[in-house]
Amino acid sequence: MVERLQASWKLLVVLVPYIWLLIFFLAPFFMVLKISLAELRIASPPFTPMFGTDEAGATIIRLLFDNFRYLWEDSLYLNTYLNSLKISTSSTILCLLIGYPIAYAIVRSTPTVRNILLLLIILPFWTSFLLRVYAWMGLLADQGTINDLLIWLGIVDSPVRMLYTEFAVYVGIVYTYLPFMILPLYANMEKLDISLLEAASDLGARPVTTFLTVVLPLTVPGIVAGSLLVFIPATGEYVIPDLLGGGNVLMIGRVLYNEFNANTDWPVASAVAIVLLLLLVLPMMLYQHFQSKAAG
Amino acid sequence: MTTESHHTLSHQPWLDPEEKPFIRIQGVTKQFGAFVAVDSVDLDIYKGELFALLGGSGCGKTTLLRMIAGFESPTSGRIVIDGEDMQDVPPYERPVNMMFQSYALFPHMTVEQNVAYGLKRDGVAREEIRTRVDAMLEMVELAAFRKRKPHQLSGGQKQRVALARSLVKNPKVLLLDEPLGALDKRLREQTQYELMNIQDQLGVTFIVVTHDQEEAMTLSTRIAVMDHGWFQQIGTPTEIYEFPESRFVADFIGSANMFEGRVAGHDGDVASIDVEGLPEPLKAEHTASLREGMQVWLAVRPEKMRIATEPFDDSSLNSIRGSVEDIGYYGDSSTYRIRVNPGMRLEITHPNLRRPRDGRHVADWDETVYIGWVPEAGVVLTR
Repeated sequence: MVERLQASWKLLVVLVPYIWLLIFFLAPFFMVLKISLAELRIASPPFTPMFGTDEAGATIIRLLFDNFRYLWEDSLYLNTYLNSLKISTSSTILCLLIGYPIAYAIVRSTPTVRNILLLLIILPFWTSFLLRVYAWMGLLADQGTINDLLIWLGIVDSPVRMLYTEFAVYVGIVYTYLPFMILPLYANMEKLDISLLEAASDLGARPVTTFLTVVLPLTVPGIVAGSLLVFIPATGEYVIPDLLGGGNVLMIGRVLYNEFNANTDWPVASAVAIVLLLLLVLPMMLYQHFQSKAAG
Repeated sequence: MTTESHHTLSHQPWLDPEEKPFIRIQGVTKQFGAFVAVDSVDLDIYKGELFALLGGSGCGKTTLLRMIAGFESPTSGRIVIDGEDMQDVPPYERPVNMMFQSYALFPHMTVEQNVAYGLKRDGVAREEIRTRVDAMLEMVELAAFRKRKPHQLSGGQKQRVALARSLVKNPKVLLLDEPLGALDKRLREQTQYELMNIQDQLGVTFIVVTHDQEEAMTLSTRIAVMDHGWFQQIGTPTEIYEFPESRFVADFIGSANMFEGRVAGHDGDVASIDVEGLPEPLKAEHTASLREGMQVWLAVRPEKMRIATEPFDDSSLNSIRGSVEDIGYYGDSSTYRIRVNPGMRLEITHPNLRRPRDGRHVADWDETVYIGWVPEAGVVLTR
């Protein structure tokens, strides 16, 4: 009796995450998928139902792939996807280049300093994300703090255009997502045994060689985790390109928002979202596949 | 000083004034903040020695080893290896290799890649790397495991990979940090002899850090006993064991019965020592210069004492009466704990020369016994 209770209790514990995923991920996903296969109509809801009946009273299922063909045929969408991927890839690389040395420095510092540094990394999260992006607008604007300073210092005569450029979007994304790169890297590097570095040095490896042959290969899991945490949300980012890029930087998050709100074209908006999901999930699944192959 | 007959001078280079030391440690001090880990030590180690740094945890032995490897730099003093001052030489340019206590094998590399790592860094040709790695793996009997990763190896195998990796570069000096610490007793003994064989074959100078006195005794040509950052005594295992210079060494290496007392008188090189609680002064042969009334300690090893149930006839023996408090049976020998008076307990190790009669070897619990030893058995210590 007790054993059976324990067994069902175990089953419940195992099931909880799956139920969670089912309700909050899989169900909405299928709803979006369903809408993406429908057609726009002026009604509420603003799309045709999937199931209907014909004149004879038979049930019909309507699956329309027009929305996906439309995305493929209109070069705007393809260009926007590519631009989003370009920006998120470059931002991920920038975050890695900046975050890696920071994470390494934190790991190598004394425990007291380490805690303070970690706190500083997490500190921005205590302020609203939106507020911080607005703060960057104030910093980057033509009459903003940075331009004022540059003019006061006599480095430039007229304001440098920074806000509403791709540069501003990069600044915003790298600034926002840097902690997501640093924290997994830190967690990974903390486990790195210092005696391995000493062993490499003892065997004749100069610091650069030690880094390339020992530190870098052993921190790959941290690099992958951090990069995914930056790359995925950066690709679909809406707020940063909208506020800091203005109309000048095309990113898929903004297109999605416009289709949904300005055009109230739910089916196309959903198709945009589905393609974005595939773009992000496929490389991850491939990576997982090769990872488990290499481990096995 | 004892020189056993089979030891020629070439086996004991430290006795030869013509011989040049291979490693010179001169006035080396290492401070971490206010803590002095190594306190101005001097040490000469000769080519082909198997030298042990022996001491408890925190005595500074590992710090000294790390300074020789180059991972720490001395606060003052200098380290010279093969005539070259190591002051500004980084670890990766020193002619030494180290076997780490944790083995520090690269987890992402196979056994083969681990062993080849050092040779690759030196830009050795591919073919030569192959032959040298092969030879090394053959020597440590791991050729069949060459494609395995460290996590697929047992503790003993990892230890042998670590040894192969540190030896493959033919270092002038091999540093070993608690090399046998993680192995079980049987494997430890086996590896000990392997290490001695390898050292003999390759002629590499070994410096071993250990807290295990037995390991140090069996492995090494000489031992430096370390305590609080400096050397209590440096000598061959025999010297350290039979002629300790201080109470610390006598206590740390093996065990010793310690009698505290004052010098009562001399008769040639035999001193008599008054010990509180004992009816008669103890006789001890000595070489130290002693004054009457001086405070000294007499250390006597447990195996150098005899135990009997009748008083001894020989009047030249030191003899003490006591009762058996405890018996530890080890099979080949037994250890008797003898209570002499409320403040004095002695430990005597006695070989079990015959099988027990009436369920006992020499004496039984609570029996009155006599402990005796010759004056040459004890060591008189002044510190």
